[in-house]
Amino acid sequence: MNAAPILRIEGARKVFGGLVAVNDVSFDVREGELVGLIGPNGSGKTTMLNLVSGALKPTAGTIGLAGARISGRPAHEIARQGVARTFQLVRILPSMTALENVMAGAVFGHMRTWGDDARHVAAALLERVGLAGRGDAMTGSMTYIDQKRLELARALASNPRLLLLDEWLAGLNPSELKLGIDLINEMRNDGRTIIMVEHVMDAIRSLCDRCVVMSSGVKIAEGDVADVLARPEVVSAYLGDDDA
Amino acid sequence: MTPLLATITRREAGIAVIGAVMLAAAATLPLFDTGFYLSLALNIAMYVVLCTAWTLFSGPTHYISLASAAFFGIGTYSVALGIETLPFPLLVTIGFVASAVLAGLVGIATLRLSGVYFVIFTLGLAELVRQVVTWAQTNFTRGVGLYVFTDFTEAHIYWMLLGLAAVVYVTGWLVNRSRLGFALRIIGNDETVARHVGINTAMAKVALFMISGGFIGIVGAFLAPRFAYVEPPSAFNPMISFQVVIMALLGGTGRLWAPLLGVIPFTILFDQISANFPNHTSLVIGIAFMSVVYLLPRGVVGLIEDMRRMKRKFRIVWTDDAALGKDPAE
Repeated sequence: MNAAPILRIEGARKVFGGLVAVNDVSFDVREGELVGLIGPNGSGKTTMLNLVSGALKPTAGTIGLAGARISGRPAHEIARQGVARTFQLVRILPSMTALENVMAGAVFGHMRTWGDDARHVAAALLERVGLAGRGDAMTGSMTYIDQKRLELARALASNPRLLLLDEWLAGLNPSELKLGIDLINEMRNDGRTIIMVEHVMDAIRSLCDRCVVMSSGVKIAEGDVADVLARPEVVSAYLGDDDA
Repeated sequence: MTPLLATITRREAGIAVIGAVMLAAAATLPLFDTGFYLSLALNIAMYVVLCTAWTLFSGPTHYISLASAAFFGIGTYSVALGIETLPFPLLVTIGFVASAVLAGLVGIATLRLSGVYFVIFTLGLAELVRQVVTWAQTNFTRGVGLYVFTDFTEAHIYWMLLGLAAVVYVTGWLVNRSRLGFALRIIGNDETVARHVGINTAMAKVALFMISGGFIGIVGAFLAPRFAYVEPPSAFNPMISFQVVIMALLGGTGRLWAPLLGVIPFTILFDQISANFPNHTSLVIGIAFMSVVYLLPRGVVGLIEDMRRMKRKFRIVWTDDAALGKDPAE
């Protein structure tokens, strides 16, 4: 795949007081690629995702989407440029119906529909993620996997150029996990460009085209999944050094 | 505007007809009484508009604004300062624009503040505006007060307020079905999500705060002739801000018409309190405020909804029993 990079991260850096959470990280994501962003807890993966989505502004470095600089822009502008995301701790809109939750993604972002158009988009996506006919359901009482599905449908509703999944598979039981992996796989087959932060190694191995490994805020490896996971520096980042 | 009319549901049309009939009925009141009851109805109409306008913003966003007195006073002063030279409708317009502009400036400066900081800032703002007006009057004009002489009777002011109430309700309905209204519901649910689906949350909040503040300014402008003598403590009376919040919360902020259910009982109650306990008014209002927050956290509307839900539950139990062939009377 030699498509042009849709996302280019160059020397991204985020400092919280004395802590360097993301330390000069650079990588590209090409159109239609599914990139896994992995690393031990506290390695800066979610912070990296927050820099891309605009939840946080980078201290230094640039992030470009399809050639246009998005770093430093407010989150709502980045969303309109075509970046959608899910959250590590699922965030639904509890006082709104399932359909309205998904519509929220289709009205203000990269895709700006309204009225019946937005409703049609939302209904189709509910069906897509396995919530067909649940449009009127109150979301506060949905099960965890259904809330996760809903959040994914909301992110897809803007037809994003780049989708960020922050541990979307975390907390699912084995049968739900299989459903979740199948769903992400379908999106990949549709040609969606995705970055997923994930701890579930089975999902990384079976889904990702490529992965980027972070440890203590630094990118320590990047490349083919099987190859990268076998590298000694990646193994030691996860398991510690033998001679320690 | 065919697309708009075409999308009005039967239910909405029904509500509009009922609302128009109620409004028309209310408008006949001055034909029967121009004394105590008109005066009471005028107070009710005033607080209906104030509370509904307040709820337009505070309902979906959950920001408690205590700036109502500032907007109200600016409206009143717009009329009081210009009544000798400019026509009344123009002065009302000036009051609306000035209040909306102030709301916009306050919004840009403070809507990043959350929770209690916003409350305190808006309370301070009302006081600041009052002090500035007092200072300007003592230094640049002859006296602190202004006389407002017009030909308006209480009936005229009452009718103007009823007309304004209709405008506020229609505005609220239009906002609710617009992108702006949808955006504000999302913001009220989760502001982080709102930003990440592409909503400019600051803009949306400022826009609605301006609409809300502008309407409150118009109420102040309409009320100026009733004061006859306008001075800062009466025009920028902080009690207005507090009562608006109490009444709106008593009614409930989840529905456009909900504040009505708080305004009517509370205005009558307040009238009785100030007539019977003139020296303890503040104390009794304080107790009323605390009771509302403790006993009816979601207002009268919340209470009605809870009762409906209980009734529905009861009915389900009842039909289950019936399906099993049990006698529900057992």
